[in-house]
Amino acid sequence: MTTSQFQPGIMPGRLPAEDYCHAFADTAPPLTDHAARVAADRCYFCYDAPCTTACPSGIDVPLFIRQIATGQPEAAAVTILSQNIFGGLCARVCPTETLCEGACVREVAEGKPVEIGLLQRHATDRLQAAGVHPFSRAERTDFSIAVVGAGPAGLACAHRLAMKGHEVTLYDARLKPGGLNEYGIAAYKAPGGFAAKEVAWLLQIGGITLLENWALGRNGTLADLLEDHDAVFLGMGLAGVNALTIPGAEHATPATDFIAHLRQSEDLATLPIGRRVVVIGGGMTAVDAAVQAKLLGAETSTIVYRRSQPEMPASLHEQDHAQTHGVRIVPNATPVAIRKDEVGFEVEFARTATRDGTMTLLEDTLRLKADQVFTAIGQTLGPVPEGLTITGGKIAIDATGRTGLAKVWAGGDCASGGEDLTVTASAQGRDAAEDIHAFLMGA
Amino acid sequence: MANLSSEFIGIKSPNPFWLASAPPTDKEYNVRRAYEAGWGGVVWKTLGMDGPPVVNVSGPRYGAIYGPDRTLLGLNNIELITDRPLEVNLREIKTVKRDYPDRALVVSLMVPCDEESWKFILREVENTGADGVELNFGCPHGMAERGMGAAVGQVPEYIEMVTRWVKTHSRMPCIVKLTPNITDIRKPAEAAQRGGADAVSLINTINSITSVDLDLFAPEPTIDGMGTHGGYCGPAVKPIALNMVAEIARNAETRKLPISGIGGVTTWRDAAEFMALGASNVQVCTAVMTYGFRIVEEMIAGLSAFMDQKGFTATSELVGLAVPKVTDWQYLNLNYTTKAVIKQEDCIKCGRCHVVCEDTSHQAIAMAADRTVTVKDEECVACNLCVDVCPTGCISMQELPVGTLDPRTGRPVGTPLNWTEHPNNPSGSAAACAREPAE
Ligand SMILES: Cc1cc2nc3c(=O)[nH]c(=O)nc-3n(C[C@H](O)[C@H](O)[C@H](O)COP(=O)(O)OP(=O)(O)OC[C@H]3O[C@@H](n4cnc5c(N)ncnc54)[C@H](O)[C@@H]3O)c2cc1C
Ligand SMILES: Cc1cc2nc3c(=O)[nH]c(=O)nc-3n(C[C@H](O)[C@H](O)[C@H](O)COP(=O)(O)O)c2cc1C
Ligand code: SF4
Ligand code: SF4
Ligand code: SF4
Repeated sequence: MTTSQFQPGIMPGRLPAEDYCHAFADTAPPLTDHAARVAADRCYFCYDAPCTTACPSGIDVPLFIRQIATGQPEAAAVTILSQNIFGGLCARVCPTETLCEGACVREVAEGKPVEIGLLQRHATDRLQAAGVHPFSRAERTDFSIAVVGAGPAGLACAHRLAMKGHEVTLYDARLKPGGLNEYGIAAYKAPGGFAAKEVAWLLQIGGITLLENWALGRNGTLADLLEDHDAVFLGMGLAGVNALTIPGAEHATPATDFIAHLRQSEDLATLPIGRRVVVIGGGMTAVDAAVQAKLLGAETSTIVYRRSQPEMPASLHEQDHAQTHGVRIVPNATPVAIRKDEVGFEVEFARTATRDGTMTLLEDTLRLKADQVFTAIGQTLGPVPEGLTITGGKIAIDATGRTGLAKVWAGGDCASGGEDLTVTASAQGRDAAEDIHAFLMGA
Repeated sequence: MANLSSEFIGIKSPNPFWLASAPPTDKEYNVRRAYEAGWGGVVWKTLGMDGPPVVNVSGPRYGAIYGPDRTLLGLNNIELITDRPLEVNLREIKTVKRDYPDRALVVSLMVPCDEESWKFILREVENTGADGVELNFGCPHGMAERGMGAAVGQVPEYIEMVTRWVKTHSRMPCIVKLTPNITDIRKPAEAAQRGGADAVSLINTINSITSVDLDLFAPEPTIDGMGTHGGYCGPAVKPIALNMVAEIARNAETRKLPISGIGGVTTWRDAAEFMALGASNVQVCTAVMTYGFRIVEEMIAGLSAFMDQKGFTATSELVGLAVPKVTDWQYLNLNYTTKAVIKQEDCIKCGRCHVVCEDTSHQAIAMAADRTVTVKDEECVACNLCVDVCPTGCISMQELPVGTLDPRTGRPVGTPLNWTEHPNNPSGSAAACAREPAE
């Protein structure tokens, strides 16, 4: 039975069953072969290419595009994946407008960059469709490495170490590998179980033993791992979330929980969603939660951000994405209380003004009725083993991923350096693996 | 709007844009559409002897070379002359000419090398009322193996002989179409002139294999697993054609011989370039085979606007204007000095000028950490490679006036001096007095 979009409360099935599939279809559908050729022909093969410099994983963009242009998308994929084993997912989820495409000289020339993300997808899709895993393992070593966290950082590290001939044990607290690829990325960015397929494809390298439902701190300590292995890589991501400290804060749910739930849902029609959804925050997670709420059939979905709209961490592209999906963005309002009423909640906001970077609360208030309130005000590092140096809420690492502790490396969201992005996590995992390898072989 | 009407060896047409003898002119249907679209004239697809017509392949007959976005740059074909019966072509030529008396209609011919065959075909063509004939001495495949086309065009004596037969047995204006598959294009042109030709047209297609099927390991287009060389045409051949036109236009023997320019003409600008180098009109094939007949509208509008801008009132004023500027390398002024200049506000920092100069030339373009590119005048030899590879066209060459210091040589730019006068030339007039070799 379909509930109407206008029925108060939090209900499943607000849309006709057949509409979900359409609503959550690929946001950026793949290029046809012809479109890929046309797009590839636009690349100038720049010297010391700015797109490559802007890619956190340093993919040789002009080379892979030239390989597509000359009819070898599979070879292009190898160029991509040898820098970034998550080249497939990154092609779908990277905020390219602020990375490679933002730096493309044709963005400067015509305001239309080469479609690097879509071309990257074209190449990697071709290789995965062919069922080929193009990497193989070097001669086996006797070294074994523990990797904690099977998100993009941990998996990229594990893959590179396996390639070098080492044995890897991959420990993850969850029941499925993939980290936020599996539990966080918006459903419409990588539909069709892409993240899980990519992990399965990655593990084809061999030499990686996955231990699920094993949490550092709960099932073992860092000391245990160091005893059993020659080196440890920590890629635990950000396990905690910032919480509101206002009256009624308990009525709000972390947006990441909602999204994780959504990503694991077998049938989106069974997923309850509020009639009026309010998301507090201003980043990528806020946008993803608000848009997906709308796609699930919420009548209204509103992002409320405490500073001005230009200050939102979500990129302009993401803001556009939200607004074209019917999400309302309310800037300059910070929550002061959440109160329960007959049908749902009333969220009270204080209006704010930001001048020269400092925010002041104004007298004016804003009250929004809501059936469901999500918070997306940042994630935090969960409990970490003792002895690690923490800077800015992250495990301090150097350029090669080394922590202050001997034989312990870290990377991805839990570690310092770079933005919290899939591509950064993948690059840091790769770099740490290279350093671990150099360390072990030199030892 | 300037009047484009043109007269070529007595044949009048409303504009100098003709269609070359090829598939676009193979039958009444196409030619009517061409005239309706605005083409000034056509050279009818080459007719052969009476009797059973030639047979074309029934598999692919074209191959292509592409630029970005599959822009067709070069076309190759293994088609023969018309494969339709002679009497059908003749009948159609007659009705079309009757219906479009103001348009040029020239008939291309290729028959065996005996006087009787030529005598016969000329009489037939004369009866149609066509304006003239073009002798196809250029077709490089198929027909050449049968002793016609390029097989004639490559032997100046045959050209002269056949041309003379044509002029003996007909009063029609006669254009001799030349093959570029020859070492010195002036020789066949001179032979045509000796034989009494009223004009030459060039170029016909260039022997070529465009590509190889890497599964079959056979040339493309592939006919049942085999391939053969074809004839190459389209934008890619324009530079070759322009040079050949200029060679004939500036040759003392042939400088008065009218020329119909063919080879890669695609836009009004191409046409103007051919005309400046001595062609009185142009013929087009590949461009219409790529885009259809309507491109002539752009050509007409473009050439008229250009002529207005230059103050020309007749196309003949443009013809040959660049011929006196074509010379031999040894007469170029070796003291003329330019330097590459980058217009920074249009530069998109792709770095291509830097890398090509650095890798393959003179290390004369520096690239800073912020990707700003700057020319090192002390290294720049003005080769023009950066200008040629810059995607935005923001590099140009700037002349250093005589007397200013060239930072590369450390000497002031000298007054004009060519190789024949240069002290480094061992056989030059200056060599005798040059004791110390200059740099
Ligand atoms: C909602 C949302 C949307 C996002 N969208 C994008 C996007 O579109 N594009 C983009 O580039 N980035 C996006 N990101 C960011 C991106 O997902 C992360 O930067 C990236 O996943 C970080 O990878 P990671 O491997 O460091 O951590 P994670 O992906 O978080 O993986 C960490 C893994 O460690 C495991 N773990 C945690 N604690 C323990 C423990 N104690 N013991 C064992 N295992 C543990 C977890 O179960 C998890 O599997 C998004 C993030 C969120 C939250
Ligand atoms: C498919 C094809 C068939 C041709 N057939 C003839 C022909 O029968 N007689 C002839 O004189 N030239 C023939 N040509 C040559 C053209 O008339 C013309 O000389 C040549 O294509 C160069 O001009 P373009 O670059 O504008 O195509 C043919 C060209 C093509 C592409
Ligand atoms: S990984 Fe992401 S940032 Fe890097 S080139 Fe690919 S799409 Fe761009
Ligand atoms: S910046 Fe753009 S044009 Fe240059 S290499 Fe990268 S994708 Fe190609
Ligand atoms: S080739 Fe042109 S656009 Fe590119 S860096 Fe050089 S001057 Fe700039």
